[in-house]
Parts: sequence; C-alpha cells; structure tokens
Amino acid sequence: MVLIFVDHSDGLIKKSSFEAVSYGAKVAEILGTSAEALVLGTVTDNLAALGKYGVKKVHQVADETLNQVDSQRYAKVIAEAVTATGATVVVFSQNQTGKAVAANVAARLKAGIVTGACALPDTGNGFVVRKTVFSGKAFANVNILSPIKIISLNINSYQTVAGEGTAIVAPLTVQVDKSNIKITAVNKIIGEVPLTEADIVVSGGRGLKGPENWGILLDLAKELKAGTACSRPVGDADWRPHHEHVGQTGVQIAPNLYIALGISGAIQHLAGVNRSKVIVVINKDPEAPFFKAADYGIVGDLFEVVPKLTEEIRKMKASS
Amino acid sequence: MKILVCISKTPDTTSKIAFTNGNTKFDEAGVQWIINPYDEWYSLVRAIELKEKDPTISIHLVTVGLPDCDPIIRKALALGGDEAIRVNADSTDSYYIAAQIAEVAKKGGYDLVLTGKETIDYNGSSIGGMVAELVNAPYISLATVLNLNGTTATITREIEGGEEVAEVSLPLVVSCQKGMAEQRIPNMRGIMAARTKPLQVVEPAAIEALTALVNFELPPAKAGVKLVSPDNVAELVRLLHEEAKAI
Ligand SMILES: Cc1cc2nc3c(=O)[nH]c(=O)nc-3n(C[C@H](O)[C@H](O)[C@H](O)COP(=O)(O)OP(=O)(O)OC[C@H]3O[C@@H](n4cnc5c(N)ncnc54)[C@H](O)[C@@H]3O)c2cc1C
Ligand SMILES: Nc1ncnc2c1ncn2[C@@H]1O[C@H](COP(=O)(O)O)[C@@H](O)[C@H]1O
Repeated sequence: MVLIFVDHSDGLIKKSSFEAVSYGAKVAEILGTSAEALVLGTVTDNLAALGKYGVKKVHQVADETLNQVDSQRYAKVIAEAVTATGATVVVFSQNQTGKAVAANVAARLKAGIVTGACALPDTGNGFVVRKTVFSGKAFANVNILSPIKIISLNINSYQTVAGEGTAIVAPLTVQVDKSNIKITAVNKIIGEVPLTEADIVVSGGRGLKGPENWGILLDLAKELKAGTACSRPVGDADWRPHHEHVGQTGVQIAPNLYIALGISGAIQHLAGVNRSKVIVVINKDPEAPFFKAADYGIVGDLFEVVPKLTEEIRKMKASS
Repeated sequence: MKILVCISKTPDTTSKIAFTNGNTKFDEAGVQWIINPYDEWYSLVRAIELKEKDPTISIHLVTVGLPDCDPIIRKALALGGDEAIRVNADSTDSYYIAAQIAEVAKKGGYDLVLTGKETIDYNGSSIGGMVAELVNAPYISLATVLNLNGTTATITREIEGGEEVAEVSLPLVVSCQKGMAEQRIPNMRGIMAARTKPLQVVEPAAIEALTALVNFELPPAKAGVKLVSPDNVAELVRLLHEEAKAI
C-alpha cells in the first residue's frame, strides 16, 4: 500500500498535498496496489473528497493538538501509522511540513528516502526515483534499497489529477505524546499567495531602482493573481521583505510562470527559479544572462513595458 | 554549553555542473570548493554570535567526508569554531551521513546541533531531521532566528505563508537558513589560530546505506528565448495565453 501524508493549513488541504496524493495514487497503480492517505489533526475540508484524487481510504488522527507541526511527535505518529497500516511506500510533499518531518520519519523507520523527487519511480530495476540536485541544475536518479521507501515530491512537479470517487474516512488511534515545543506566536501574511504555492510569480531586481517603484510590479502581480518575489540584493537592501528573496540562498520555487523584471539572471538567482515551467524576462540589457534561461523576453525599459503588459493582460482577460 | 555545527563541502555556487564516469560522478575539474552557504553564513556564524555573548559556549564542527574536506574545515575553524571532528568516510546516502553525525553527537553530549537548511549540491534537506530522530531530540526546521536563554531556545521558523515562534528546551537540533546571521569573512588572526586548532579524524561507524545513486542527468537545453519587441507587448500576452498556456 502507498500511504500519502496530506497536510493542511488553516483547515484547508494544501495544493501541494493534492499533487502528492495524485502522485501517490499513480505510484500505487504502477505497483499494482492501493493508495491511502494520512491526515494529522482536524480540517474543515471534506476529506472524503480526496477519493477524487485516487485514494480509497483516509486515515485521520483527529487530535487537535496536531494542527501544529512538531517534527518529533509528528515523526512518531506518522511512523506508527505506517506500521499500523502496513504501507510500503510513503509519499510526502516537499513543502515546509515535508521538510520538517519526512526525513525524521525515514530515520525512525530506517527507510531510504528521496527528497525533491520530480518523477514517478522507475521500478524496472529496483526502485529508482529522480530528484533535482545542484539547485535545479541537474537531476540524480536514486535507488531506494530499503523495504519501506519514502518519497518527498517537489512542489509543482506533478500535475494534480482529479476524477470521480469518495474515500472512506477512518479514525486512526495512535498514541500522541505531549509536545516538547511551545508555539508562542504565528505570523501569517494574510491575503498573499505563499510564494512556493503560487502558480505565477512576478519578481523584481535591482533594475527597479528602489522600493518606491514596486507599484508597477504589484499591479502586474495583482492582475495575474501572482505571488511576488525579488532578487537577493533587493531583499538585502530591505526594498522587499526577506521572505521574498528567491535563489540559491533564498526560496526555491517552481511556478508555471515566472516573470523577471530588471533581474540580470546571475547563476545564484537562476538556481532558485530554473524549475519554473515558463520564464519571461524583461530587461533593458540584451546581454543579460537571464535571456539564456528564458522562454520569452522583451529587451526594453521595464518602466515602459510593465505598465503596458499589465494593461494588455487586463484587455485579454476582459475579452476572453 | 556545547554546540555542534554540521559542516559540508559543496562546489562554489558558480561552478559548471557536469558529470564524468558515465554520468555517475560530479566533474570536479576546475571546481572551487566552499563551505555550504547555509552551514557557513547561517548556522556557524550564529553559533559564533552566541559564543560572543556567552564565552562559556564551545563550538565543535563535524564533517562526514574524506581528507579533501580538511581545507573547508580549517576555514570554518578560522571563522570561529573551536575544534573539529571529521568522520573519515565518503557517502552519498543521507541516512549514512546522519547516522555518523548522530554517533558524534551522542558521544559529545551536545546541547545544540545546528545544520544548514540544505546542501546546495544534493538538496536533501534531510540530515537535520534524521540526526534529531537518531538522538531522540526535538527538531526545528527552516529556522530564521535563534536565541538562547539558559537552557531554553526561542526560534522563529518558516511555515506555509508565514512564520512561527517556538520555545523549546535543549537539547535540540535546528536547521538554519537566511535571516539567522550575516556572512563573515575570516580575519588573519582567525586563519592563523585555525592552523593549530584540533581537527580529530575518526573512523566511521558500521552503518548501512539505504539509498544508492544510479546516475546524474542534465536537463534538456532550453529551446532559446523568443524575443518580442517592446512596442508589441500585446504579442507577448498572446504568446503566453495561446502558445505557452501560462496565463
Ligand atoms: C554565494 C552567493 C549566493 C547568492 N545567492 C543569491 C540568491 O539566492 N538570489 C539572488 O537573486 N542572488 C543571489 N546572489 C547574488 C547574485 O550573484 C547577483 O548579484 C544578484 O542576483 C543580482 O541581482 P539583480 O539581478 O537584482 O541585480 P543586478 O545584477 O544589478 O541586475 C539588475 C538588472 O536590471 C536591468 N535593468 C536596469 N534598469 C532597467 C530598466 N529600466 N528596465 C529593464 N531592466 C533594467 C539591468 O540590465 C540588470 O540586468 C548570490 C551571490 C553569491 C556570491
Ligand atoms: N557530509 C556531511 N557532513 C556534515 N554535515 C553534513 C553533511 N552533509 C550534510 N550535512 C549537514 O546537513 C545539512 C543538510 O544537508 P542535506 O540534507 O544534504 O540537504 C547541511 O546544510 C549540513 O549542515
């Protein structure tokens, strides 16, 4: 059986978890077995609807204290669920929660893990999973040798597949320890699309000249319902909040569309965005390295081009 | 108070990524090696800052690697580590590395173990969580702020769409990222002192790897950029809508 860990935020299942479920269901199909899901804590979303993505059953440890992620107790609960359900493959999404718990579960179960997976396993000769390495500049094919295999799937690298079906939701009873962690504050950026989950990201570099010019970028982002990002010098200069800095040393993203405004495309910047499906670059310098990594580009002054682009998108949306 | 900082060696961020031996080995020709930026800029420098506030802290470094890691360890000592341990083993399996670090951590009785958020070559984001599990300690991932008050750590960590502040008692394992500290450059005194700081080499414990690398692949080259005139922005919108189906 393939067990998919489904996680949630503010009562809602994360988009990345739907991807993980779709992926896990496909893995189960390849292995000729069934797929089931595991939810810790309580949600407002309808768990039975996970059936649409290919799972027959959803195990829920409906303990409210599990709505807060504590790696240590999560790992213990998940490992026990794996043992109790007899799962042989466990799938996580490589989102913040995945990064906090998947490896812990692997160590606990002495199970081999591939994090940052970006393709279905090849079971022709072992159990080989492809992952991104060198910050998206290459792939590694890694064979998992242990009886239990754990995969943590990159965000936005597997298409969600929704069909028909309802899953049975079954309570799972496992011992839940007291948490060793006391959460004293939670600060969520309300209303903004989390960068790693955004479908479209509009990003700005030093070419915008100063924080006072961000309005044109934000207008474009608003029109596209996009997340916003920036290059490292922009974050370092406090023109934009630190959490928007993408790249080798910042956030790594893989949206469907990445629009770079006034960013030169240094190799360290590309390392955070090169997994984007489509890259658009607007830069006044035709020699900017970013054009080599781009799918579409405009060589021009962003202060003229971007407002026009926002306007054309508005027109296109109005007419379609 | 004893802090263990996990140090890994990675190719410089501008290195050309290429492979040899039938795509099973990273091509090291002409590659400059550095301390993994997350280990250096964030976890190590934060440990040094904590020691500057509380001189009773000692900072030990651990690396699982072959003798070619020594220059990297010396650089980390020059920045401000007190002593270092190198587990003399080569491995690509995260569990193997984590289990070696856990052995060192258990023997040394550390209050705090720091790792980087990820290595920039393998991008595992795994070692910290595994070590925590193997030494049976709480784990805080993706930390951006770390403060100590006696035996309690106050940590800010990244969560979906925001951040969370947590209080945890030591011992503890933390993975560190941007925000935690500022990059430093080792000074001459540090470099001189590093030459005589202890670097102990220990043989690896018998641990079985749970994964094996089959080979590497490079992504297919991009087809090349389609340039649109700045006077025809509508054409870009059409292409994104009709051709790329991205908007
Ligand atoms: C170890 C290391 C790690 C790093 N990690 C990161 C990282 O994670 N993320 C990151 O982003 N960087 C990182 N960097 C920094 C990186 O090397 C670059 O310095 C940085 O990305 C440059 O930012 P930029 O493109 O905004 O600025 P610049 O390189 O200054 O580029 C500005 C661009 O704007 C264009 N421009 C100017 N005016 C206009 C206009 N009116 N219209 C259109 N275009 C215009 C220019 O032609 C230029 O191409 C790292 C560096 C190192 C050494
Ligand atoms: N060979 C190693 N020796 C010591 N520490 C390591 C090693 N590999 C990884 N680490 C630590 O674990 C962190 C995460 O690595 P990874 O799980 O490979 O992304 C790194 O930032 C280091 O702090």
